[in-house]
Amino acid sequence: MLQERSADLSRSLSGYVEPDRVRREVYNDPQIFELEMQRIHERVWTYCGHESQVPKAGDYYTMQIGRQPMIMVRGVDGKVNVLYNRCPHRGNMICGDRHGNAGEFFRCSYHAWTFKHDGKLRSIPMDSAYAGTRFGKSNPDCDMKRAARVENYRGFVFASLANDGPSLREFLGEAIVAFDDMCDRSPEGKVEVVPNCFRVIQHSNWKLFLENQLDALHPSVVHQSTGRAAHNVEKELAKKAKKGETGLKYHMLSAFATVTIDKWDDFQTLNYPGGHSVLTGYMGLRPQDPDTLAYDKIMIKAYGQKRFEEIIGVNIHHVIVYPGLSVQSPLQQLRAVRPLGVDRTLTEIWHFRLKGAPEAIYRRSLAYYNLVNSPATLINADDLENFWKCHQGLASDGGDWVSFGRHFGHDVEKDGHVESAPKMGTSEAPMRGQMKAWSEYMRG
Amino acid sequence: MADVHHQVEQFLYKQADLLDRKQWQEWIDLFTPDGVYWMPPEPSHKTWEGMPAIFAEDRNLMTVRMNRVLHPDAWSQRPLWETNHVVSNVVIEKSSPKGITARSRFHMMELRRDDVRHFAGSYTHHLVKAKGGYKIKLQRVDMTNAQAAYDYVLQVWV
Repeated sequence: MLQERSADLSRSLSGYVEPDRVRREVYNDPQIFELEMQRIHERVWTYCGHESQVPKAGDYYTMQIGRQPMIMVRGVDGKVNVLYNRCPHRGNMICGDRHGNAGEFFRCSYHAWTFKHDGKLRSIPMDSAYAGTRFGKSNPDCDMKRAARVENYRGFVFASLANDGPSLREFLGEAIVAFDDMCDRSPEGKVEVVPNCFRVIQHSNWKLFLENQLDALHPSVVHQSTGRAAHNVEKELAKKAKKGETGLKYHMLSAFATVTIDKWDDFQTLNYPGGHSVLTGYMGLRPQDPDTLAYDKIMIKAYGQKRFEEIIGVNIHHVIVYPGLSVQSPLQQLRAVRPLGVDRTLTEIWHFRLKGAPEAIYRRSLAYYNLVNSPATLINADDLENFWKCHQGLASDGGDWVSFGRHFGHDVEKDGHVESAPKMGTSEAPMRGQMKAWSEYMRG
Repeated sequence: MADVHHQVEQFLYKQADLLDRKQWQEWIDLFTPDGVYWMPPEPSHKTWEGMPAIFAEDRNLMTVRMNRVLHPDAWSQRPLWETNHVVSNVVIEKSSPKGITARSRFHMMELRRDDVRHFAGSYTHHLVKAKGGYKIKLQRVDMTNAQAAYDYVLQVWV
């Protein structure tokens, strides 16, 4: 029955996405959401977490892949496994905490079946009761089910619940730069997680969040209030500063006011197959303060001048790894998108430390993590308000379409990807690319 | 001592009342010039320096937050938004001529559009004597909700 309904829905979906606009049902139809979970989130490579979240054997973190509660766990052999968080006996969740240490094995809290860290059944109490039945260690159905595929790229662990499909590298394609850019900025080529996860729930469809991330037109409209507020405090501090000093700056906040709306067209988006995209620009600043110079010195020692220039010259503000991640690699933070329902989306927000880099460099990006990405965010409060309003507005019969027509027809196709044309950085090309990928996935 | 206890209580009530009445500048003026408002994401944190924090704001950052909220285009501030704090269980942990450390419990109800949220936890105030009463050197807010997922965000201090 569900299969039939899905087939009907698939046929009608072909009319829901046009190159420059999308039907509103794509955002608020619960049946489409269910199909998205089956055909997109439970098939693609989903970010589970960073291996440094589970340093010791038995350490685990739970997370959601599509609708599936999952566990990422470090085994005694050092391998990171991803398992369904479900006891094969009666379906009880194995880990009820968000994270912790399972000890030498998992133990179900209901009837004490125990499992190894790779999910293999270890013991059943008084197991003679199962003699002559189909249940027991020889039956793989009595193991905790494993994610079909797990891969680790430079410490970032991904899982796919589909047996077949592209490898992680093939899936990431050019978006792999998100992790390379982050790790390469460490003199050791490695990052480790800052042990804290900010979690914020948005009352809107998951796609609205991803569409907003590379929307270069919205910041000067939505974040003007914070930009102005920060810029005014900067001006006051400059007045009070001693001669020769500039006073404290809140560049990360004030840029929303000092970069005027017309200037955002100067940035560029690079849009890749699969809905991934990169926003270039405005983090490519090279300040000459003592902390940066000390960091540069360590980096040059580790990589040599030429490679150092390449690493530091990577011109990225933001990368979308569609459909589950928003990565700000130069600031070493990422937001994992976990759809909870058609109108509810959880973001899990993490910060990473560049191994071997000076403390001051960590603190600089920490300031951004706290001010922009914490639950008391000075920025996202207004974004989330807009997402909620979008979701509410799309429920109305006031119109059937969402428009992605800004600078439509001017995109530049180049070597298999699409670039926003020069001086057209506010192009809605990233949203067009995301919906193109969405249609391809949803075709099944 | 009873006198001090009463004065500290009155001060803590005033702090909460200024937030509920949206008297932002008056609230910021309760802090010493180097005063800090801090909400750690978990109770084990001993300092905000170099640590992830929900809030870790000096008076400059408090002023940024205030100016944002007062800006006509702070979209998330347009809808109806009210809070109501109750402060109780005030205990003076340390008292010396230099200053006072007081712990208390709070409960804050928030109304936004038609939705009610509840936040509760403990305050730790490091107070110093000042003209006409006290000033806050540090206000640490350990919110019981801090480790849970946030349904929407916090726009202003709790």
